Amino acid sequence: MDIALSKEDRAFAEKLRGFFAEEVPADIRARLARGEHPTKDEVVTCQRILNAHGLAVPHWPVEWGGQNWTPLQRHLWSEEIALAHVPMPISFNTAMVGPVIANFGTDAQKQRFLPPTANADIWWCQGFSEPNAGSDLAALKTSAVRDGAHYVVNGQKIWTTLAQYADWIFCLVRTDPTVKKQQGISFLLVDLSAPGVTVRPIRLIDGSHEVNEVFFDNVRVPADQLVGEENRGWDYAKFLLGNERTGVAGVGLIKTRIARIKRLAGQAAAHGRPLVDDPLFRARLTRLEVETTALEMSVLRVLAREGRVGPGKPDPVSSVLKIKGSELQQEATELLVHVLGPAALAYRETADMPDRFAPLPEGALDALPTYFNWRKASIYSGSNEIQRGIIAKAILKF
Amino acid sequence: MELEYTDEQRLLSDTIDDLLEKQYDPNTRLRLLDREPGWSRELWARYAELGLLGLPFDEAYGGAGRGPAELAVVLESFGRALVLEPYVASVVLGAQLVARAGSPEQKAAILPRVAAGDLLLAFAHTEAAARWSSTDLGTVAVRVDGGWTVTGQKIAVLGGDSADKVVVSAKTPDGEIGLFLVEGAALRRAPYAFQDGLRGADLLLRSAPAEPLGSTLAAADAMASVLDSAIAVLCAEAVGAMERMLWLTVEYLKTRVQFGQPLGANQALQHRAADMFVALEQARSMALLARLALGGDDVGERRRTVRAAKIQVDLSARHIGQEAVQLHGGIGMTWEYPVGHYLKRTAVIARTFGDLDELLESVGTEGGLISAS
Ligand SMILES: Cc1cc2nc3c(=O)[nH]c(=O)nc-3n(C[C@H](O)[C@H](O)[C@H](O)COP(=O)(O)OP(=O)(O)OC[C@H]3O[C@@H](n4cnc5c(N)ncnc54)[C@H](O)[C@@H]3O)c2cc1C
Repeated sequence: MDIALSKEDRAFAEKLRGFFAEEVPADIRARLARGEHPTKDEVVTCQRILNAHGLAVPHWPVEWGGQNWTPLQRHLWSEEIALAHVPMPISFNTAMVGPVIANFGTDAQKQRFLPPTANADIWWCQGFSEPNAGSDLAALKTSAVRDGAHYVVNGQKIWTTLAQYADWIFCLVRTDPTVKKQQGISFLLVDLSAPGVTVRPIRLIDGSHEVNEVFFDNVRVPADQLVGEENRGWDYAKFLLGNERTGVAGVGLIKTRIARIKRLAGQAAAHGRPLVDDPLFRARLTRLEVETTALEMSVLRVLAREGRVGPGKPDPVSSVLKIKGSELQQEATELLVHVLGPAALAYRETADMPDRFAPLPEGALDALPTYFNWRKASIYSGSNEIQRGIIAKAILKF
Repeated sequence: MELEYTDEQRLLSDTIDDLLEKQYDPNTRLRLLDREPGWSRELWARYAELGLLGLPFDEAYGGAGRGPAELAVVLESFGRALVLEPYVASVVLGAQLVARAGSPEQKAAILPRVAAGDLLLAFAHTEAAARWSSTDLGTVAVRVDGGWTVTGQKIAVLGGDSADKVVVSAKTPDGEIGLFLVEGAALRRAPYAFQDGLRGADLLLRSAPAEPLGSTLAAADAMASVLDSAIAVLCAEAVGAMERMLWLTVEYLKTRVQFGQPLGANQALQHRAADMFVALEQARSMALLARLALGGDDVGERRRTVRAAKIQVDLSARHIGQEAVQLHGGIGMTWEYPVGHYLKRTAVIARTFGDLDELLESVGTEGGLISAS
């Protein structure tokens, strides 16, 4: 892939690589390389290290900690983070609410929220989806009614990722139920410790606690926590969702998964030779590598165009990146299960085995749960069906 | 060819479906999952009363004298309800191995107690280093003072957590594959739930006292035939699970409203459901062929056919499982909702006694299914 990059871009990537290797604690990176999840503290610690060096929010405006990078450089940044096994900065902070506040917030809101958002002093979660507003997000019902200097919020959000870690939630709320549904929505920032907010865990199929329900019962939210104009929330949400056009592909993530698969397949034996030399396995792996490289080239093409003409209106190629990216992420999880063979079958909380039992191979704990868990990738961020709808509309023009 | 259930098989199937519908709703199952021993002893006793625990072996040993085809009938129903009891471990594997390879004394001592629900068996066979090979074993049996001991480590032993006696495969001094009975007390266990919630264990045997099954030490044929029948009944179980996934999805598409209409009003999603149905029918056909193959006398053909069936079943189950979760959206990802548990069970079935590549390789090298003209 390096052949597609200029000498300067390669040097840029290498510099980041060196930084991550030197500045981010090796034990955290080693744990992530073994397929473990970062703890809340580790995510925060790493984001603060990046932030101290201007590397947490490079895509923000310069005055709020951003860097004047090209779209390609931003891509290389997120790719190198993944390849170095550095926990990603909290995307709800850096990729979602931060840019919205920076673009549409008041000066007071920027002062109040942007520095702690960049530094992970606040952990944000995203309150968009509701039980009856998933793909049809504009059908959301959680209401915010103005009462003097406050909004009174009632309703329910669902699938709220890591709300159990979060201090604040940015919500889409209905402020005008009388107009066309997209037009009565506002973007509101809510302190999760406010009276009337309840967070309830949802257990996912792999047993993990990653998402939650968030209930609002007459929660009084100061009106200065409304972002932008009342009833313009849908525009801000579209801005937010359109912001990460190439990140959704997750090329860096797929590459790290493939690299790990290769390493572990070199250690696993099948038919008296390393699994990585088994022709059937090799064919699967190679196909995955080719498709990932094609995806990466598509990402680079989108970035090159963006660098030339600036971020334009929604482009069906973003949908291509979401569909193919999520599918390849999922396939990589499946191939890892394949590498583990029967050792993947037990559900285990720890790799410790009783005395004298052989140690478990790396991946025994996470391979199959991650396969199950990653089915989510084709559901969230605009499901792959919704993305196909966007592409179909763009090319068929019905 | 008997392509439909016989009246008797239909009756068996209806009886079990009826029992499970009443006693195995998803919430009951979720409660069982999170509590020791991970399944229901009361239902185990009910299965004994219904004759399910002695189904495949002789009446002389307290069995029902039915064939492996009836086991497939039972497992298809179990697949629909996602039964957690150690039926495959104890009856399909353990008891069938004893019935096939055991001496008359061993059968008399063990099988009636299995049939009555008083004794749990398991088959300890898979090893970490052997991957899916059933002949490449590191576990060895040695003769000591007129008896035997077995040494080695087994992994992914279905029902290995609770089995009273375990049938262990091991290399004999002649390099043959032997089957040995080991008492539960003679093993060390590292128990767990599998990814699908069924219980099991890794087992460590260190010079564990062992009793050869039967009089001959070469048990490879008996083992192969029981493994084939286990693969065939797992195909049936997966078909039951796929059927439920399809109908859960269809029901959901009809009731979930987004954009002012049921999801199922989208032709794109109608076609996805139709493709799931195609996959289910393909799997059902091959599971039937596997069941028929168990009755044949050509060992090579039986082996190839059940493995070919498992290939189709695994492909279909992967398609249906992934689609079922996808078409449910977020709700399909939750522990509370049943569809993910079916995905998990079929994913584990797809990696029990061989995975897709192993099966493709094996059926392919053995000549495939259709001869060259
Ligand atoms: C693990 C996970 C984390 C999440 N995190 C967050 C979060 O932090 N914050 C947040 O707000 N939300 C979050 N979500 C919610 C996510 O955005 C929604 O799940 C998603 O929008 C789909 O909505 P739904 O689950 O209600 O499915 P539905 O919209 O009910 O869709 C069900 C199925 O129908 C398909 N479908 C729907 N409409 C159409 C159509 N018109 N044409 C064709 N197919 C269609 C869908 O693609 C899907 O396959 C998360 C979801 C998951 C699974």
